[in-house]
Formats: sequence, C-alpha cells, structure tokens
Amino acid sequence: MSAVPAREAMPMVDEPMRPQRSRTATRALDLLMRSLVPVVLALVAGGILLLILGRDPLQFYSDIWHGGVQQGSWQDSAVRMAPLLLIAVGLIFVFRANIWNLGYDGQFLLAAAVLSGWGPSLVTHVPLWLAMTILFLVAAAVGAAWTLVPAGLKAIYETNEIITTLMMSFIGVGVANILVKGPFQDPSVNIPQTKVLPINKMLPTIPSTRIHVGVLVAVAAALVAYYVLTRTAFGLRIQVLGANPRAARHVGVQVRKLIVSSFLVSGALIGAAAAADILGLWGYSRANWNPAYGDTVIPFVFLARLNPLAVIPFIAFYAVLSTGGDLAAQNANLPTDFLLVLVALILLFMTLIEFVGRRRELGQSYLPEGLREVFRKPLIRRRPMGTEETA
Amino acid sequence: MSAAAHLSSEAAGAGQRPPSSGAAPVVELIGISKAFPGVVANDDISFDVRRGEVHCLLGENGAGKSTLMGILSGIQRPDAGQIRVDGEAVDIGSPRDALELGIGTVYQHSTLIPALSVLDNLMLGDTHKLRLDNEGARKRLEEIGSTLGVEVDPSARAADLALGRQQQVEIVKALWRGSRLLILDEPTSMLTPQAVEELYKVLSRLKENGLAVIFITHKLHEAAFLGDRISVLRRGQLIGTLDESAVKSATPDQLEQRIVDMMFGDLAPSLAGAAELKADLGEAEQLEAVQAEPAPVSADEALTLERVSVRGEGSEPGLDDVSLTLRMGEVLGVAGVDGNGQRALAEAISGQRKLQRGEVKFLGAPVGHVGVTGRQKLGLRYLTDDRLGEGLVPGLPVSMNIFLKLIGEAPFWRQGRIRKSAIDARSKELVERFDVRTPSIDTRAGTLSGGNIQKVLLARELSFDSKVVVFHKPTYGLDLKTTQTVRQMIRDMRDGKAALVISTDLDELLEVSDRIAVLSRGRIVGEVKPGPGAAEEVGRLMIGDVSLGAAEGAAA
Repeated sequence: MSAVPAREAMPMVDEPMRPQRSRTATRALDLLMRSLVPVVLALVAGGILLLILGRDPLQFYSDIWHGGVQQGSWQDSAVRMAPLLLIAVGLIFVFRANIWNLGYDGQFLLAAAVLSGWGPSLVTHVPLWLAMTILFLVAAAVGAAWTLVPAGLKAIYETNEIITTLMMSFIGVGVANILVKGPFQDPSVNIPQTKVLPINKMLPTIPSTRIHVGVLVAVAAALVAYYVLTRTAFGLRIQVLGANPRAARHVGVQVRKLIVSSFLVSGALIGAAAAADILGLWGYSRANWNPAYGDTVIPFVFLARLNPLAVIPFIAFYAVLSTGGDLAAQNANLPTDFLLVLVALILLFMTLIEFVGRRRELGQSYLPEGLREVFRKPLIRRRPMGTEETA
Repeated sequence: MSAAAHLSSEAAGAGQRPPSSGAAPVVELIGISKAFPGVVANDDISFDVRRGEVHCLLGENGAGKSTLMGILSGIQRPDAGQIRVDGEAVDIGSPRDALELGIGTVYQHSTLIPALSVLDNLMLGDTHKLRLDNEGARKRLEEIGSTLGVEVDPSARAADLALGRQQQVEIVKALWRGSRLLILDEPTSMLTPQAVEELYKVLSRLKENGLAVIFITHKLHEAAFLGDRISVLRRGQLIGTLDESAVKSATPDQLEQRIVDMMFGDLAPSLAGAAELKADLGEAEQLEAVQAEPAPVSADEALTLERVSVRGEGSEPGLDDVSLTLRMGEVLGVAGVDGNGQRALAEAISGQRKLQRGEVKFLGAPVGHVGVTGRQKLGLRYLTDDRLGEGLVPGLPVSMNIFLKLIGEAPFWRQGRIRKSAIDARSKELVERFDVRTPSIDTRAGTLSGGNIQKVLLARELSFDSKVVVFHKPTYGLDLKTTQTVRQMIRDMRDGKAALVISTDLDELLEVSDRIAVLSRGRIVGEVKPGPGAAEEVGRLMIGDVSLGAAEGAAA
C-alpha cells in the first residue's frame, strides 16, 4: 500500500461522500420505483384489508377500473382531476419554497362561494367566455387574497405559516358558509345553497365529450408551473429559498417578496381550482360543503417530489380511484370512506420508505431539501459551521 | 485497575506517575480500513495511544482523520481491522459503547446545551439514575476541576461561558463519564491565545493524571509543541509516527520541517505547488520578511464605515459605533475572539443587516440604503464564514452555486429564462481557474470536500467584477495547501483591489494584513501593525485590556 497516487491522478473529492448516482437512467428508475412502490403496497394492503372484511379484493379493484376508466367513465375521472390538479400545482409552488400553505380548504371554499354567488347573475349579463374568464380571475383573486395575512405575517414576523394558514382556513370555511347561507342563498329553495348555473352557461366542453375547459386549464397550469419552476430565475429563487433560506438572504434573494409572491401564486391556483370545479361540474355551492381536495392531494404531491409534471399521473390515478371507487364501494357494500383508507395507506408506506431510505442512505427522498434535514435528525441542534472535521 | 475507573480514583493511583514511554497502549488500532464510495478514507491504519501521553494526529483535510476518530468514537464502523482497549479486542458499535470503554471525544464545536447550567449539562449523561444527586455532582465537579486546575461555576448557564470555558466543561464532561482516552478535535481553532495557553496547561495536568490524549490539529507548531508522539495521515494512509525520542531530540524548527516533509515530502514532484507551499510555511515563521515590502496603498477609500451601529442576533453582539477605513490596494485584518460582532460587521457591509446608525461607503459613495444584490453588482462581495449553512445550496450543482448571486442577470438569464449553455461555459472556466476538484460542474456542491466548497465560493466572490471583498474566516478548517492558496488570493487583492479579512486566527492576520483592527464586544478597540510583539498586543486588546488601544479606536 505504499504507492501513493499522485494528486492529479485523483481529481475526485477526498472527503467521504454519499453515493452519487451519475447515470440518469439509474436515477430515473430509482425515482419511478420509489414513487410506485408505496402505491402498489397500499393497493396490496388494501386488498388484504378487504379480504379481512370478507370482500373480494379483485372484484373491488376491477369495479374501480370499470367505473373509473371503461365505457367513457374516464371522462368523469378527467373532470374530477381538474380541481385536484390545480390545487396540487398550487401546493407545489409554495412547498418548493419550504412554505407550508395548509389553508387550502378556506381558500378553495371562499373562492367557490364568491363565484357561485356572483356567477349566475354575471352569466346573464355578459358573453359566456367573458363571464367565465372574469369568474376564473375573481376566484383566483379571492384564493390569493386569503393567503395575504399568513404571507404577510411570515414575511414580516417569521410567523409559522402552518398555524396561520390553518387558522385562516377555519375562518375562510366559516365565512364561505355565512355567504352561502346569507347574501348568496337562493331564496327560491329551502336548503341553504346558491343559485344554480344554467347547464348551458357553464364551462364549455370538448366536443362529444364531458371534459370541460377547466381540465385543460389545469393541465396547462401544470405545464407552465413546470417551466417556471425549472427554467426561470423565479423558479430558481424559490428553490434556493426552499433549500436554504439563509443562503437565499446571503445571495440577495428578496426573501420577503418571494414569500408573499409564492403564497399569492399558490392561493390563486387554489382559487382557480374552485372555479374549475364549480363552473365545470357542480354549478352551485351548498352550505357545509367541503370536498377537502387538498388533504387527498398532499400525498401525491410528495410522491411526485414536488414536480408539477410528475404529479399529473398520480392525480389521474386518484381520480380513477375515486370515480370508480363510488361504484366499487357500493357493490362491496362499503362506505366510500374506504378510498380514504387507501390514500392513508399510501401515505403510511411513503413515510416508512422515507424512514428506511434515510436510515440506509438510499437514493431519492420524497421531501424537499429544507424539510429532509428535519426528518433526518429532529433533535440534534444544527452546528453553525460543521463543514469540516465533524463527521 | 477497573476499566470504568473514575478520574478521582485514577488520579489517586496515578497522580505522580511521570509520562512513561514504555506504558502499555490504552487503545490500539490495528489495520483499520474504511472505504466510502469513491474514496478510501482509511487504508490499513495502525495507531496506538498510551497512558500519560499526548499523541498528535496531523493531516490535511480529507486525509482521513475524522473518519479514524469517528471509528474510535463509535460513529462509524471500520470495514476491516481491529480495535483493542487495554489489549482486548472490542467492538465499538455506537458512541455509547465508546463512552463505556472510556473513550471520550471533545468536538470542535460545543455540544453543551446552551440553556442548561454547567452542572445540568454534566448530569445529562447520568441517565441511568432515577434521582439526580445535585450535591454529589457538585462535589465531583470540584474534584475534577481541581485535578485539571480549572474552576467552573456549576450554576453558570453554558451559553454564558466563553468558548474556552465551554471547552473545559466539555473536557470535564468526558472525564465525568470515566474517560481514559480523550480525543480533542482541533481544540484550539476557536480560542484566544490566552485560552490556548490554558488548554495546554489542562492537557499537561491530564497527562500527569495518566490520561491518554489524541490531539487532532492542522497547526504544525501545536503538534511540535504538545506532542509526545506525532503521527501524520495523508490520503487515508498513516505516513509515519515520530516517536518520543525523535520528538524530544529535535528542535521545534527541525520538528516542523520533518512534519512538513512527511506531509508533503515525497509528493513533491507530483504535488503542484509543494515547493511554494514549503516556502510559504517558512515565510510564515518570519513575519517581518512578509511585511518587509510595504504594499503600495492608494489614497482612494475602498470601503468606509462611519460610526456604524447594528443590532446583534441572539447571543451575538451587534456593532456599536464602529468606524473603519479600507483603502484600495490594502488588506485590513479584523481580529477578535469569535462572537464579538464579527458576523454583524460582515453583514453590515454586505447589506444583509440593516444599519441602525451610521453609514457604509463604497468607493466613496454611500451604500447604506443599497440592498445585498445592489452592493454585489457594485463589486462589494462577502465571502461568508458559514459555507454550508449560508454560502451554499448543497443540493444544487456546482455551476448553479457559482451563479447564485447572479440569478436573473444578463447574459446568464434572459427575460427570466435561464441560459444553461452560458452558465455552463463560464462555470467550467471558473472551476478550472480556481482549481475546484469536482467530478463535473453538475455535481451537487454539497458532496465536495470543505476545501473545494470554499473554492467554489471564492470563484463566486472573486469573479464578475469583484472589487472589494470581505473575507470572513477564509481558511477556517481548510487543509494547509488550500489555506496557502486562499491566503495568496487575499494577498493578490492588493493588486488594484482591497480586502477586509475577519478572522479568529491571529497567525493568519499577521501573515496577510497591512493593518489589524481589533474587535471586542462590537467595538473596534484598537489597531495594530503586524510586526514583533503584535500578537501579544492584539491578544491583550482582544480580551478587553483596552487601556493601550482604546484611543486609536475611532481614528482607525
């Protein structure tokens, strides 16, 4: 062992480092595996659960396939995707900046209440395309506005946005109910709901399908978000802020402005999700209505590693699951809540894989860089300068 | 002697024992190897440490010191080889195992819990006890303290202690748990000259009491001064050990020369710059020689602080009425014990911290209201001391990290859209120029070694029309060769640029600066010209004996 290689012969780093997967193919496969494994495991575990409950899992899953994909029901699934995808993209925007906007329910329902209260009268006064555009923008504005308080508090006082967004969400849900039961209530019916949009005054559909324009808007939003987040200065700033806020400050990123602007984008997309859902599918808002799309979307946002393109197939998967699941659950005589059990199982297996992966230093993580550290060592104080000889 | 003997009983038995050369090793490493993907960190290393000796371990960064210590302290497991404690083969599977075997480690950074008292910190380890015995603990602390010759207030909050004091508590903590081998990882890097003196005294008391000490350091003179034996690691291999007779028979100068030979010697033909490095090392010892030629300082003010005050952050003080002038072609050093407003000073200049009062002028024009990005564009740069925490986004590639301060700027971004080809081309050029050793510019920056990370940051701060640079602890924790490279870069700033060097390493400041201002509790307390007696003068100012230098403070 006497032959010491000359320095030039070893241009590599000399500190021990983690395995680096240089080949993109391995990396891509690794990504794919880690994304799909929790889903597959959840389906298997869900199957076992069905067996225990005395149901036929194969029958259940084939019912889902039947009701979610076959005979044109894929169109219903696609329609169901629209709000989910828009919310997912909205969450990705802030999550990438390591900002946790969990006030999606309030933002969504308030936007929904405002536009379904105002929509029915607007569509009678202006051309349909203009009305739809206005309503989309109004919904986006309401959603964005509802993030202003948490955004401002975080930007100025570094208040924890998890708490403030959740609080604002409760208020938003409450205000939405007041609006629907009060000023926006349709006086002609006894139950508290808004006026219903005439069927011919809703979002236009793609000819000979039931798929409305909102679905296209959602997919377009995902594409644009991908471009913005990966190819522009704004996206890079968000990434820097998310990965290392102190570095962001150091390199001159205007952290406060960026916090507010990413919050606004997030809220606007969530508001737009309400527009797509109300104008494309429901046509009205009911009091005490809360589809809680955000909760179902979050596991898929992480499965897709905060990638707006990769989230599309996951959202599609869930849309099929929930569309077909209604039928399947009915046939198996189970409550539709069983579908939430499947989502929860996905989340559970993700967590397990993340934990094991961290322990074993395996490849990719679901979590963005800023959050990963927390997951790794929650108790150990971060050293200010542990750059060198501390390993 | 029981393996878990506490210091008190050990001291009683071993109090008078002189450092004996023939003592049996406390801990032996035999043929230890450890590989990480892409690098062999430890290659067949055999090494031992005996009772009553200080065994110095020298090596550049990446030489494998930290891995070796990690193996001893149970953080990492060796791929091959054996560890013996008192001649018996052991398996150190966790830090707890290491502690139970009597191996204690004092890390570079404090691991004390700031909010707890000294006594609470010490008793944290006694988790097996249901009830905490405060009185007994107090007594024990007194006992250990008197053995070491240090006095620690048991009820003082850890956060309120000076760094040197905190380190003493760390040593006490290691002994508290019955350590017989103490590993000190670069213990002097954060200390004032006076605190270093105290540490040396503590070490000699430890030796007298029969403890074995492994002392890891970069500093040659420390090793030469302290080591009973000195081992040199290079590229994962143990190059050699100078045994007691070799250490004793040589003069300090000869010893340092031998160590340099061991660290770089037979690499000379292949190691670019080894000759200059050796020359530099010689130069460093003769400060007068370096300073003999006065640098041509122009009259143009590069950077001026006029009665600047800024708020502190946490336990760190801010700045209180600081005035400084840096002229073009000059290197101004700022000395001070860590945590006396260094970060506040750097951030006030870079624009990261708001001025409460006063004004910062850059090339004669006030920039107090200009933001971080604006100052960067003007050519005022800040090389941060917190490379990983603040300087770098570890998950981003090397190329992006070089361009972090230019996000959105033409020609690398056009209308907000990134131009990857332009960035890649420029990054390649800079990586080459600054000799960053990275597999490619697309490698995640966080996987590079400390020295290479610093080079990435230097490439960022010294390029793109940089005029005046604030270097904050520029060589902290770097290996000798990179240290010399960085110091040369700083000296090169005299050529038409200017540099403000904030450092806690006094030797460094004496080597590179034209003038040294001393920062203490957020104030400039004096200014010293490098030369004979300068170190003592700075040291005195650092600890607050301001009677000599206070008057010059404002005039700086």
